[in-house]
Amino acid sequence: MNEFGASVLRARGLRKQYGKGEGLVRAVDEVDLEVAGGETVGVMGPSGCGKSTLLHLLGGLDRPSGGELWLAGQRIDQLGERALARLRRDKIGFIFQAFHLMDELTAAENVELPALLAGRPARWARRRAAELLERVGLADRAGFLPSALSGGQRQRVAIARALVSDPQVVFADEPTGNLDSQATVEVLRLFEQLHSAGQTLVIVTHDSRIAATAGRLISMRDGAFVDETRLTGGSTGNLGALAGLT
Amino acid sequence: MGKIRLIGRLVGRDLRYRPGPAVLLVLAITAATATLTLGLVLHGVTNQPYLQTRAATNGPDVVAQVGGAGRGAAGQAATEAQTRVLTHAPGVTAYSGPYPVASAFVRFHGIAAPVELEGRAQAPASVEQPKVTAGTWVRPGGVVLERTFAEALGVGVGDRVTLDGRAFRVAGIAVTAADLPYPNLCYSTGGGCIFDAPYSGSSPLAAVVGLAWVTEPDARQFASAQAPLYYFLNLKLKNPAAAPAFADRYGASPNGPGLIPWQAIQTGSGLLVQDEQSVLSPGAWLAGLLAIASVAVLAGGRMAERIRRVGLLKAVGGTPGTVTVVLLAENLTLALIAAAAGLAIGWLAAPLVASPGAALVGTPGAPSLTLHIAVEVVAVALVVALASTLVPAIRSARTSTVSALADTARPPRRRPRMIALSARLPAPLLLGLRLVARRPRRALLSAASVTVTATGIIAVLAFHTSVHLQTAGLAGRLGNPAAGRDEQMLTILTVVLVALAVLNAICTAWATVLDARHSSALARALGATPQQVTAGIAAAQVLPAVPGALLGVPLGILLFAAANGAGAAATTVPPAWWLAAAVLGTLVAIAALAAIPARIGARRPVSPILQSETA
Repeated sequence: MNEFGASVLRARGLRKQYGKGEGLVRAVDEVDLEVAGGETVGVMGPSGCGKSTLLHLLGGLDRPSGGELWLAGQRIDQLGERALARLRRDKIGFIFQAFHLMDELTAAENVELPALLAGRPARWARRRAAELLERVGLADRAGFLPSALSGGQRQRVAIARALVSDPQVVFADEPTGNLDSQATVEVLRLFEQLHSAGQTLVIVTHDSRIAATAGRLISMRDGAFVDETRLTGGSTGNLGALAGLT
Repeated sequence: MGKIRLIGRLVGRDLRYRPGPAVLLVLAITAATATLTLGLVLHGVTNQPYLQTRAATNGPDVVAQVGGAGRGAAGQAATEAQTRVLTHAPGVTAYSGPYPVASAFVRFHGIAAPVELEGRAQAPASVEQPKVTAGTWVRPGGVVLERTFAEALGVGVGDRVTLDGRAFRVAGIAVTAADLPYPNLCYSTGGGCIFDAPYSGSSPLAAVVGLAWVTEPDARQFASAQAPLYYFLNLKLKNPAAAPAFADRYGASPNGPGLIPWQAIQTGSGLLVQDEQSVLSPGAWLAGLLAIASVAVLAGGRMAERIRRVGLLKAVGGTPGTVTVVLLAENLTLALIAAAAGLAIGWLAAPLVASPGAALVGTPGAPSLTLHIAVEVVAVALVVALASTLVPAIRSARTSTVSALADTARPPRRRPRMIALSARLPAPLLLGLRLVARRPRRALLSAASVTVTATGIIAVLAFHTSVHLQTAGLAGRLGNPAAGRDEQMLTILTVVLVALAVLNAICTAWATVLDARHSSALARALGATPQQVTAGIAAAQVLPAVPGALLGVPLGILLFAAANGAGAAATTVPPAWWLAAAVLGTLVAIAALAAIPARIGARRPVSPILQSETA
């Protein structure tokens, strides 16, 4: 237990290596991390430092070469592909830089996707998608294809999709990397709302404005954590001002 | 329910927003299933016209060739004795004849053909009265020609022909259910062929005999010591179904009459269609093999295009099983659509190719599309789709989620020897050889596809050579309508095979373009021109096509020999320059077809491709 409550995510000696011998690359090198429920953690670092790889490991998208990983009290680093898939749809939400929406599905259908994959009734999925699109301010765009939405709107759809199964942790990989300033503010506001609602967030970013929204900021270099800072701005409720955008 | 709904939604939307590849896939499977359906529904489709002709002519249940071996005076006595026995046999309810039959040569506009002349009364017979379809029935000095024979001869009512030098006017054209039509009169049991020396000789077309009717006195004029008269006696039985038993009972003696039950004639009247079936059956196999190759390449290409979709599904919680089902569902749905289309096309086309020819009245009618045929065709379509999709689907579902999201091409196998070997080659060949080496299974598939196509083309050339050899030096003789029908079938099949091969060539090249997008972009970034990249992709298609096209030559010759019923000793080999032109033409066509997607790929901007690979 800490100030944020029980630990939701815990990594011990987490490693990801590629190649062997002289060609060995340590993308993630003996990382220890603990994320409490309701906490927002930002991970920053230069390109190629391993932050996206770390996020993929933490979210069960990729398998570690070593170490231990726990999510909501369950050890997940040894789970099979099928169990990891279930974990992703039930306990994890992902937000990607490139949005990764299905081009041929409408905004509402994209949001429904994880719920339907989880075997939820179609009516339940539809209602939940409508509720989440309302929450991200896109109720009037529910029937639009991604190609008819702006970058910011697409990312808001992706955020709604990440939340459809009430995940324990939402992982965001450079969520504003493809967005302009206005869209970035919109996304920042949504993250603020999520944080206020007690959602656990792990955000990988280059953008110091996004990083400033976190309660804790971790710096990475060469696959390892090199610095950790606790911030006070993460929950001020005035993110736009903090980021100098409004 | 939610998951089924999701799969349905994904399949439906993908088909709606990316119809191009789906249409190509449906076309490939449809071509194979339509050919298969055609082959299956042709069985028995010709019975109806024969039965209609039999009804229109009050056709006999048994045709007896009476007269015995002696002929002449002895033959006359034998004819009378045999006629007496047969007409008084239990179960015989009516008869007509015996009618004298002589052999002659008919000549018209420089064309000569052997013909059987049956002498008939001018008054209509109660049993087996040929149905006049144009002109009138026989009269002195007037000849009535069987319709197929008249068409082959190009003769119409009112034309003047000579029979062994004697002038006759064509009084009419008629059809019969008592003899097999031209050109099959002497080809099989039930033909009623009695054509005699000295006409039969050694000419390959001597056996292709026509049928005509003249008055009885006119027919008798053509009898000679070398070719005495025979007689046809037409019998009606109380139980027509018992005709084969009747023929066995009364026609078993060596010097006795030759008896032909109507069922044998019915079977023989479908010979034209049976010939077509003998062409269609191997054709359906070839089309099926090509369809598998096409679908495999198409499915592989589609999987490569959908790799990001796979990553996305997995990222939001799709298990490998669910992802595999989503990928398979689409292709299996398309296979079902293609099976339905193939069944419909085959069923609708069957009457067109099953036309019994001019020898019979009536139409073949709708062929019977049984549940068995439908199940067989649907099963073949599903197996084709499954066989070619399952492996890529499973492989895609197992792809790392992170790699799939980054939309990276499957990493190639490194082949140091090939890299060293190709290093000294010109840029297009270097690129082509390395592309072949990185996807050996696709190169094999491509080679197999070209082999099947070349096999089909060479078989068609062998057929043409065979027809050419048979008719060489026979100017002034009649053509064989069966050869025309076979040629028609072969042409249809060739079009199907070539269309599938074109599809294959384009899709294989496109799959290669997708696979090689990173290395091509890199090559261009390092200074290779779009033309060099295009030539490299084209070379990657041509290299495996060379052995494929060469292998098609002996396989095509063997295929024709097998379909033709000839042994290895009697194979027909097309002229060398035909073979060389076929092989070179195939390779040039493949290079040209591969250049289309290669050029499109080479025009894509380099930067986004390189960025996506490094994301």
